[in-house]
Amino acid sequence: MNAVVWAGVILIGGCGSVLRFIVDGAVGARLGREFPFGTLAVNVSGAMILGLITGLALGSDEALLAGTAAVGSYTTFSTWMLETQRLAEERQNRSATLNVVVSLVLGVAAAALGRLIGVHV
Amino acid sequence: MPTSAQGRAKPRGRSLPSRILPRLDRREVVAVFAGGALGTLLRAALSEAFPHSATSWPWPTFVVNVVAAFLLGYFVTRLQERLPLSSYRRPLLGTGLCGGLSTFSTMQVELLKMIDAGVYGLALGYAAASIAAGYLAIHIATAAVRRVWVPR
Repeated sequence: MNAVVWAGVILIGGCGSVLRFIVDGAVGARLGREFPFGTLAVNVSGAMILGLITGLALGSDEALLAGTAAVGSYTTFSTWMLETQRLAEERQNRSATLNVVVSLVLGVAAAALGRLIGVHV
Repeated sequence: MPTSAQGRAKPRGRSLPSRILPRLDRREVVAVFAGGALGTLLRAALSEAFPHSATSWPWPTFVVNVVAAFLLGYFVTRLQERLPLSSYRRPLLGTGLCGGLSTFSTMQVELLKMIDAGVYGLALGYAAASIAAGYLAIHIATAAVRRVWVPR
């Protein structure tokens, strides 16, 4: 672990966050903002990519940069919770519950699928 | 309208990025980058400092996620309901810092590894505790901002 790797974490973390901002905006613009499809798309796709990276069994520096920094920053837990709480606050309990359950089920399934692909690559 | 007519008259028309990315503000992008870089550094440092096995509670992820949820609830409520409009604060603090600090994908892979290891109780407890604590953190932060800044 050295300074170059940590500089990489910073740069890649910034890029992953910008990519999330762009994908979330693009999906939201297309599918509407009644339901937080943007965050769902980001999180499920990110879970699949991290599953794939896990399946590839990279070295520790590579895993830190590709997994923790890139995919970790691309996905978000805080926005997922914020959008769920705001839906519940507006008494859209069905959407709020769906947002939690669908994200979780698709997230674990996507991670499993990604890993399966990664192992067989 | 002259603008749209001019736009259509241009030989190349609207480029693909501009159709996919409506109103992408350079200042917002820089703010998201800066916040995201800092959040990611904090999260990565924590996860490297406290490694954990597949069958133990993933404290680093759990803590950054709940802390980021609390901060996001605080920032967003304050920025939306209390402070004058700002073009860079929400991207910097919310989308960038909190988004970079928290992670969904790592949590999902941790859950997957717990399921593999057969520790279903731990997986269920971890998922339920993360969601309950994250939700509660947003709720408390939101309520705190509303109570403090609007005396009833």
